[in-house]
Amino acid sequence: MKEFIYAGGYGLYLWSAFAVTAVLMVGEVVVERRLFKKVLARLKRIKRMEQA
Amino acid sequence: MNLNWFTYSAPINFYPLAGRMITPFALLAVLLIGIGLYWGFFQTPDILSEQKQYYRIIFPHVAAAWMSMWLYIVMVGWALLGLVFNTRLSFMMAAATAPTGALFTFIALVTGAVWGKTSWGTWWDWDPRLTSELILLFLYAGYMALQSAIEDTRRSDRASAILAIVGLVCVPVIFWSINCPDPNQCASLHQQSSLEHVESNILIAMLLTALGFWMYSFAVIFMRVRRIILERERQTSWVAELPEVGGGL
Repeated sequence: MKEFIYAGGYGLYLWSAFAVTAVLMVGEVVVERRLFKKVLARLKRIKRMEQA
Repeated sequence: MNLNWFTYSAPINFYPLAGRMITPFALLAVLLIGIGLYWGFFQTPDILSEQKQYYRIIFPHVAAAWMSMWLYIVMVGWALLGLVFNTRLSFMMAAATAPTGALFTFIALVTGAVWGKTSWGTWWDWDPRLTSELILLFLYAGYMALQSAIEDTRRSDRASAILAIVGLVCVPVIFWSINCPDPNQCASLHQQSSLEHVESNILIAMLLTALGFWMYSFAVIFMRVRRIILERERQTSWVAELPEVGGGL
């Protein structure tokens, strides 16, 4: 296990490349979900205002 | 079977369809990337030597680089469809594709820099492959900037579509920057792509990861296009009647 993470002395490079990829891809989904919910909330608000 | 594809060019019909497709594509993405990385770490030999295990950066790097070019072609395809058929949804798909394409271009550059540091001893070099990929990032950025700079969506769609189409010239440049017919004219530091010489287990892992990234792109682009549809069609009655915005009561 230790050796796996150590990766022949290049662990820091190897895992930081994977980490950057993972963070950015997961981050894109999180941001996109949040933006979608924000738009829904805004549309709901507009609708309530129109009905009032 | 009489399937009318133009049915789905109407946002009202595409919105629910895109919604239904997010989960299957997301699951496929997780599955393929999972298997790909398992294969890449546990079914591949330490080919070069014990020290050079950093070559496994190849899996996210190549997959992201392929997607960066492929999504640009997809984006141009949607832009062209939009210009030819004047369909609003095509422009929305183009706009939804750009951020993910830009993200993969960025990932390809960053993972490439890390790999470059280990194998070439430098984070960056103005080599043809690296430079043309950087220009691709600027093209995506330019497309998105132009899109948001023009208030009127009909105009911004057309202007940015033309920019995207002109920028397509960058994709073959990226491709041939390392695969030029005469190897003596390739001044690249970046190694040539030689898929036929790649060890078969590494190739399998690479293809699985790339396929997973592609499925990921589908999922996230469908998410984004739904938001774009809602934003652009907010004045229409069908959006107001959607249950998720409190309609249909």
